[in-house]
Amino acid sequence: MGFLNRFFQGESSRQSARKRLQLVLIHDRADISPETLERLREDLIRVISDYMVISEDGIELELERDGNSVALVASIPVLEVKRQRFRDGDR
Amino acid sequence: MDTRIIVVTSGKGGVGKTTVTANLSARLATEGYSVVAIDADIGLRNLDVVMGLENRIVFNVVDVIEEACKLQQALVRDRRIENLFLLPAAQTRTKEAVNSKQMKELCDSLRGKYDFVIIDSPAGIESGFRNAAAGADEALVVVTPDVSSVRDADRIIGLLESGEKKSIALVVNRVRPAMIRSGKMLGVSDVSDILAVSILGIIPEDDNVVISTNRGEPLTLGSPSPAARAFENIAGRILGRDIPLPDPGSLDEKGLLAGLKKMFGRQGGRG
Ligand SMILES: Nc1ncnc2c1ncn2[C@@H]1O[C@H](COP(=O)(O)OP(=O)(O)O)[C@@H](O)[C@H]1O
Ligand SMILES: [Mg+2]
Repeated sequence: MGFLNRFFQGESSRQSARKRLQLVLIHDRADISPETLERLREDLIRVISDYMVISEDGIELELERDGNSVALVASIPVLEVKRQRFRDGDR
Repeated sequence: MDTRIIVVTSGKGGVGKTTVTANLSARLATEGYSVVAIDADIGLRNLDVVMGLENRIVFNVVDVIEEACKLQQALVRDRRIENLFLLPAAQTRTKEAVNSKQMKELCDSLRGKYDFVIIDSPAGIESGFRNAAAGADEALVVVTPDVSSVRDADRIIGLLESGEKKSIALVVNRVRPAMIRSGKMLGVSDVSDILAVSILGIIPEDDNVVISTNRGEPLTLGSPSPAARAFENIAGRILGRDIPLPDPGSLDEKGLLAGLKKMFGRQGGRG
């Protein structure tokens, strides 16, 4: 029965509690709400777009926990690097 | 005399702070140490009834802070256990009646006079908690193995760490051994992994807690029970004894039997 339960539910309630807690605490500890993370994403897009063309849909922004510390890890696909003179001209 | 001042806190309400404060204080006093238990839950006085001392209160902690009475006049002496005292909370005042500086001064005034000061904190992360923690050097964070309690404990631990408590340890309460055995409940090791804080004690869910609270008698003065055993061991570990943590799945009769079958002869503290 234990096997069937696990088969149907995927994981024990202990495991789901553990996983969900670990995720929610990353945000709690970094004191960053999903809204804040979204604003950070938009700001990043704006700043980086001055320098290169990026794929906005491909951006992955994550807070990763390592022991007690949290790192912001961003993966931002670059489609094209803008020419130097355009960048300087923008200022 | 080096006084150890310990705040018992949790973040979430109803997880067992008052139960732990009352029974730990009683046990330490039974072991021969002088103990003052302070109810810092101003406006929601509870430690007095759990300790069974509600009928003998004259003054309270706010009276002491406002210098309406001497500290000695406000301390309620337990008649069953020598050297156990309660400093009750005010019932008709609010937490705004005291501030952190006053609580710290109060705690400091007890230094050198008693072996232990154990402070029962109100729930929450606001001023009531801050006041309760202000004068303490050590903190016990009571947590039950469920997601909301663990999450709130994490907040409290963050605040305690920024307040530079010397030591922070967990007491995992209301552990249900059968659910642990079947993997349906967060394990005690899950809780300490997630919170990155070490465990001082594990208290099983036990009807005797309710019964002893109803009577206003400390668990460790009653007949032997899993929860009483847990408090003996927690007090022992606070006193520096090397008492191994039990396997949380073994803390009921069924688990105990299975454990005994597996490793008869091996002794050690359970609870
Ligand atoms: N290990 C336990 N087994 C059974 N009941 C418990 C246990 N610990 C606490 N309780 C009960 O839970 C309730 C809340 O406990 P309490 O100590 O008042 O929590 P808090 O002070 O954190 O609000 C009380 O009714 C208490 O008797
Ligand atoms: Mg309480």
